[in-house]
Amino acid sequence: MGKNNKNTTEKVILKHDHFQTLIDLLKEREYRIVGPTLGEGAIVYDDLNTVDDLPIGWTDDQDGGVYRLKKRNDRAFFGYTVGPHSWKKFLFPSQLRLWKARRDENGFHIENDKNEIRKFAFIGVRSCDLHAISVQDTVFMHGIYSEPNYKARREHTFILAVNCGMAGGTCFCASMSTGPEATSGFDLALTEILQEKGEHYFVVETGTELGAEILLNVPHREAKKEEIHAAETIIKNTSQSMGRTMETKDIKDLLYRNYEHPRWDDVAKRCLTCANCTMVCPTCFCTTVEDVTDLTGEHAERWRKWDSCFTMDFSFIHGGSIRASAKSRYRQWMTHKLATWIDQFGTSGCVGCGRCITWCPVAIDITEETREIRKSEQTHSPNNSIKEGNNNENA
Amino acid sequence: MVDTANPFIPTQYRIQKVLGETYDTFTVELVPLQDNDGFSFLPGQFNMLYVFGVGEAPISLCSDPAIETSIKHTIRAVGTVTSAIQRLGRGGVVGVRGPFGTHWPLDDAKGNDVVIVAGGIGLAPLRPALYQIFAHREKYGRIALLFGARTPHDILYKHELERWRGRFDVEIKVTVDSAINGWRGNVGVVTTLIPGAQFDPLNTIAMICGPEVMMRFTIKELQNRGVKTENIYISMERNMKCGVGFCGHCQFGPTFVCKDGPIFRFDRINTIFGKREI
Repeated sequence: MGKNNKNTTEKVILKHDHFQTLIDLLKEREYRIVGPTLGEGAIVYDDLNTVDDLPIGWTDDQDGGVYRLKKRNDRAFFGYTVGPHSWKKFLFPSQLRLWKARRDENGFHIENDKNEIRKFAFIGVRSCDLHAISVQDTVFMHGIYSEPNYKARREHTFILAVNCGMAGGTCFCASMSTGPEATSGFDLALTEILQEKGEHYFVVETGTELGAEILLNVPHREAKKEEIHAAETIIKNTSQSMGRTMETKDIKDLLYRNYEHPRWDDVAKRCLTCANCTMVCPTCFCTTVEDVTDLTGEHAERWRKWDSCFTMDFSFIHGGSIRASAKSRYRQWMTHKLATWIDQFGTSGCVGCGRCITWCPVAIDITEETREIRKSEQTHSPNNSIKEGNNNENA
Repeated sequence: MVDTANPFIPTQYRIQKVLGETYDTFTVELVPLQDNDGFSFLPGQFNMLYVFGVGEAPISLCSDPAIETSIKHTIRAVGTVTSAIQRLGRGGVVGVRGPFGTHWPLDDAKGNDVVIVAGGIGLAPLRPALYQIFAHREKYGRIALLFGARTPHDILYKHELERWRGRFDVEIKVTVDSAINGWRGNVGVVTTLIPGAQFDPLNTIAMICGPEVMMRFTIKELQNRGVKTENIYISMERNMKCGVGFCGHCQFGPTFVCKDGPIFRFDRINTIFGKREI
């Protein structure tokens, strides 16, 4: 992504039939264009060649444990919310070779393994996912060490954001202050407008100089007041139609106070520890490594793969797993997302995208689990939280 | 040393010496395959040791930090990687990434008494601290090393303990959980040594490493004697894949044991320490 420039915020109009020009321009600049497309019975992120690869005229129905594709009665390019994929599959591949080595007279040596990484252009990044990318930036690039593989992919990524024109049944970005409007972290941001008389255009906001440079070569005109107003109305309506809500006030201490809570036993009865939530979560970053050799035993490789705190192996040390029960593993995941993440990285680990709710086979809902814990504090012991809250500050 | 541009790449070290410690532990002395600027580390830190094609394991450094030309690791062969290191033996080449993690508070301990409590192989990451204290003995008050092993056969660094016992400026106490014929020392868990140890509780820094249950009772016993919670340091152990805070495996509440630990000031984790399955 290019450098942010505050002077380039003037909004312009891009006609839908010029969207291909935008894609072509990015291709000319040798970007690998990826974005939403139909696949696996869902809207997934994959390579885009033309605008027709977008799920034009499709939408999705989402609820706890439910995802259904549906036809729209228009030709909207972005008339759906987020699917099972997130952009982490490109920036943080699910399987990656960290290095390879060869046996030699001195034991072994690490072989040069420089892979050319094509720069990505992400088409249609939603605000929740912009925040998720920013969260992973912090995890991988802002610590003592910078994760070189992530950095190499991330640094040259072009981001075309899309403001959501509808909220899904499991969306709660409005609660998490992560959407539905893209406010930073993009090169260009679009709001799609479809009018009854057939007009179809995008209100475009520029986030960086690079975005402005690309836009320069795409036919566009200055946006009129009413067009900007129409875009704002769409975003406002989306914000007001969130399928879920999450109360975030005091959420860190709420969960720190409730490491022991009967609700964890309750959720453990439902949770299959299948790890779906961690795979679809756009911020989950845990990995394991696998060391492999070929049949000759002369070559060895170290592969990194997405891992999940829901597996028994995850916390295994000699003698057994630290988190042997499903209860402790669900608690680890949810407490990490909503509480410990804040101490670790200064932000929430949850961006309100709702994927963990939709793709949970038994429809466990992070917003509901949090609400139940909060509710029990309010009904049972009104003084308790204050007292324990003080303890927590002393800790 | 860690390659900051790519902290996943190990550096090759040759096993120069293998020293049998107990029936199930051994110490390897490692020297770099290629000339380098020496390996400097702080007491309490660890390395990730790699065996070609087998895998990697986090192992504490146990040598004298003043010696930078070689490093030592005491290993118990309980897993695939540790067993593979044992099989490699002298002359074998391992990969090293590190040093990682936090260290024992040897600067803060200056001017204070120091109580070191170790359980079993937990003595290994404390040995560099002892070396450093002995090298600057005049800077510290009384030193007590309280060491508990399962049986007399499990006593680590036996010869060194005997040598240290000959010094008059350190109190060394050893106990075993269960004795065998001919054992004339203490019998009982390591916490039984605490009431009799010589130190001024109000001016004492405690450093503890051992199984979690041993550390829990040790902390209680030290607190009973009046050692302040903020002067107690413990070394934690968790599953680790990367050592640099990326893999997520070593999370312990809000901390990553690989970078916020393994050495923790106890008051910083006391709200979660001892909770089941955190």
